[in-house]
Amino acid sequence: MASAVSKPTSFQEILLRLQTYWASRGCAIMQPYDMEVGAGTFHPATTLRSLGPKPWAAAYVQPSRRPTDGRYGDNPNRLQHYYQFQVVIKPSPPDFQALYLGSLEAIGIEMGLHDIRFVEDDWESPTLGAWGLGWEVWCDGMEVSQFTYFQQVGGHDCRPVTGELTYGLERLAMYVLGVDHVMEMPFNDPQSGIALSYGDVFRQTEEEYSRWNFDIADTEVVLRHFEDAERAVETILSHPQTDPKTGRHIVMAHPAYDQCIKASHLFNLLDARGVISPTERQAYIGRVRTLAKACADAYLETEAGRG
Amino acid sequence: MPDLLVELLSEEIPARMQTKAAADLKRLVTDGLVEAGLTYAAAGAEVTPRRLCLSIEGLLAESPMRREERKGPRVDAPDKALDGFLRSTGLAKEDLEARETPKGAVWFATLETPGRPAAEIVAEVLEATLRTFPWPKSMRWGSGTLRWVRPLESVLCLLSDEAGGAVVPLEIEGIASGDTTVGHRFMAPARFAVTGFEDYEAKLKRAHVMLRAAERAAAIWGDVSTQAFARGLTPVEDPGLLEEVAGLVEWPVVLLGEIDAAFLGLPPEVLRTSMKEHQKFFALKAKDGRITHFATVANIEAPDDGATILSGNRKVLAARLADAKFFWENDLRVAKDGMGAWQATLDTVTFHGRLGSQGDRVRRIAALARQIAPAVGADPQWAEAAARIAKADLASEMVYEFPELQGVMGAYYAEAAGHPAEVAAVAREHYHPLGPSDRAPRAALSVAVALADKIDTLTGFWAIDERPTGSKDPFALRRAALGVIRLVLENALRLDLDRYIDIGLVRHKARLVDPLEAGEVEELIDEIADHGVFGGAFRTILQKRDSAVSKGMETLADEVPDKSDALLAFLHDRLKVHFREEGIRHDVIDAVLAMPGSDDLVLVENRARALDAFLGSEDGVNLVQGFKRANNILTQAEAADGVEYSYGADPKFAETGEEKALFAALDAARAALGPAMEAEDFAAAMAAMAALRAPIDAFFEAVQVNVDNGPLRRNRLNLLHDIRTICGQVADLTRLEG
Repeated sequence: MASAVSKPTSFQEILLRLQTYWASRGCAIMQPYDMEVGAGTFHPATTLRSLGPKPWAAAYVQPSRRPTDGRYGDNPNRLQHYYQFQVVIKPSPPDFQALYLGSLEAIGIEMGLHDIRFVEDDWESPTLGAWGLGWEVWCDGMEVSQFTYFQQVGGHDCRPVTGELTYGLERLAMYVLGVDHVMEMPFNDPQSGIALSYGDVFRQTEEEYSRWNFDIADTEVVLRHFEDAERAVETILSHPQTDPKTGRHIVMAHPAYDQCIKASHLFNLLDARGVISPTERQAYIGRVRTLAKACADAYLETEAGRG
Repeated sequence: MPDLLVELLSEEIPARMQTKAAADLKRLVTDGLVEAGLTYAAAGAEVTPRRLCLSIEGLLAESPMRREERKGPRVDAPDKALDGFLRSTGLAKEDLEARETPKGAVWFATLETPGRPAAEIVAEVLEATLRTFPWPKSMRWGSGTLRWVRPLESVLCLLSDEAGGAVVPLEIEGIASGDTTVGHRFMAPARFAVTGFEDYEAKLKRAHVMLRAAERAAAIWGDVSTQAFARGLTPVEDPGLLEEVAGLVEWPVVLLGEIDAAFLGLPPEVLRTSMKEHQKFFALKAKDGRITHFATVANIEAPDDGATILSGNRKVLAARLADAKFFWENDLRVAKDGMGAWQATLDTVTFHGRLGSQGDRVRRIAALARQIAPAVGADPQWAEAAARIAKADLASEMVYEFPELQGVMGAYYAEAAGHPAEVAAVAREHYHPLGPSDRAPRAALSVAVALADKIDTLTGFWAIDERPTGSKDPFALRRAALGVIRLVLENALRLDLDRYIDIGLVRHKARLVDPLEAGEVEELIDEIADHGVFGGAFRTILQKRDSAVSKGMETLADEVPDKSDALLAFLHDRLKVHFREEGIRHDVIDAVLAMPGSDDLVLVENRARALDAFLGSEDGVNLVQGFKRANNILTQAEAADGVEYSYGADPKFAETGEEKALFAALDAARAALGPAMEAEDFAAAMAAMAALRAPIDAFFEAVQVNVDNGPLRRNRLNLLHDIRTICGQVADLTRLEG
């Protein structure tokens, strides 16, 4: 076994090491998508790029928002805003599991000392019309990643199949760094002149957003925005594929998909406010899925999607 | 004769699919080989989280040659016919033989299929197996088209005999078969070659893989027990968990840990469920019976003896139990406040789109429990209250997190709310019986609520026509029906189920039909409670009214009786299954179910057991024959004459001694039968009938029924009618077979 890798000392070091590792394995290191999303999967670098025949390899951090998980910064593990690290490779390489285990070593998890398991966990995103098979990966009994082979996205079979890895960065980092409360985790180098903890960076925002998500966000406005976004997808995709100005074939899949992302997040917000009943909930999920499918259909008409 | 070894190495196979996959591999491959003519001496399949393995001993080295003769056209048939025959057989004309037959000279072809080497057949069969394997869920990966449970990594396929081994060449999805495999993912990942099954199993063990699931399970349980014993602890048995854990590791390493003292105040069910569901831990009990420790099973021998692994697991467990403790404390607060918040929440939770909210459901169950209570010896008011309390935990945080703790938590919370122990017990007991080995509750309050719960479920889904079909029973209605049956029989409850079925159906249907007038449904339910059946209740209401009933009531009158019959028939079907398992013949049950009062299941059981015992005796069998003979003659005569011979026979027309003896025997039987039936002593009733056997036999021996003398014939037919009436008291014997 290779000599033990040095232990990282901060949250950001773990993030940087993952980026470096996957960059050296040929992934394009992308930046977070500039919209509010519930998970890294929503980034078009995963959803749209997993469609169609063209090979693809990317890794990126994605700030993710789950309004219902807000705890005003008090809970040691729960946050309404957190980071996911996402890796997608199409077609999924034969040694994907080994590559993944290499990434754990790169952040200081010694394979010989820990108990790593692949425990069945099938993934399904009803809002994206997507599903895949895979595992949650356990390290000493703790779930540290999701590992999925995409089978369908937006109602379309994935051919070839995209392999997707999602690391819950805060939880993984807390384990590697031996920290019990997320807010106490060193964010940057604890030896640096201005040492910052995760709490220094995020405690206040957790508080502010918890209050806003749970009590203040104007549900009528949110609902209106949801409906606007829903309509926008249809409007954008109803334009002819040939741009009358340039004469080019331009299907506006990405602008439409932005509106789909928006609708999905607004739905999460409405859900956090508790204004959606169980029966309505299914209906909302169905509405977002319809948007996701329309965007997936459109993407397959584009150059990147057609291959 | 060669042996065959197959190993399909893949990424991790879900534990729940492993056992069936091993059996499927063995079945599909051996079936395929035998189909192709390759028989074998023995076969076995094993499975680990990463590999499916098949070992076949004493396989034929090649399939036997097959000869087949085919008849062709007549020799003088047109050329076209002969050409067709040659094409279909692939032979030339000179290969054919002309034979004389009664229809003239005919061409015959002898087709010989030469034997094929085992390797060729194995390769074909294995490839077909790989392409059609019945995984419950399968997937594609990379750019391929093969579906497997997770990506397939390598295929080992080896035929070996005394002379050595040879790889069976085959290629699937770019994977070429070989004679190599790998050991444990972390402890021995290098590839190595094997020569046969024994070598394979031995080398795997050196490479930290225990091939046999049973061996892994035994090793785990042995280690858990030994380590527990050394610390004065006892492991809580859990065969399901043991099987699952044995499917998660190739090299089990048991580690024991302590549960943080902060969580020892949680109910033991919560500790055990949280540890099992989230972490796959075994629970260990201290001498005083409290769960104080856990055992986790790692898949690796670590240089620090598992200290790092154990501390990580303890940390995760602490986080999980902190959540559980949070739920428990929040729930206790609501419980001590009288559970009002939960009752309100249940109104917002849908039970089923067409059957209303959980709150609606609880109100229905409470009302029905109140109505059932007197019949099972429970206090109506207590039963109603107990039903409301019993379902309150459905809104608790703990049951939201662990649905399998419903009822168990309810009992804790009911106690915390200050309810007496017998009311709290209803929460836990009313879900039972859950399976064949689980007992039905005995306490009257629990029985009332358990019956109300199950009847509400059954009548609800019957009201909306969601009945089980074939293997599909998503709402577990068969289990609910069996629950009703066992509650009634095991507690010997004399209940007219019809009454409660009708009440349940009316309550459900009242939600679904409109318009109804205020108070109509309550009036109808009260009438059913009085009358016992829907029809009588409905007629009474019509008589009381001057005006017509509402449209909704008419719909109820149209639909409830049919649905009620259908549901009782469903219960009878389940009753047949239940009795069949106890060894009672299905026609015996049919004969008993044809009698009135078949919604009183205890009555049905008593009749069935008496009849079953009766049919086990020689008298019984013969009496049934005599009865059937009498009945057949009578039925034919009644059909021919268009009358029913039920006027009573007169002994003064009796001619022979046998006839007179039968009259006397029937009188005696009648006299004995009356009190026996009155007392529902069916064994005594059947004994009284058994006394008729000899006189009936003697009568048929000596007397002809259909004589020319009209009055005599009619009297004898009326005599047969007496036999029919007397023998038909316990069961409808015409429904017996044979």
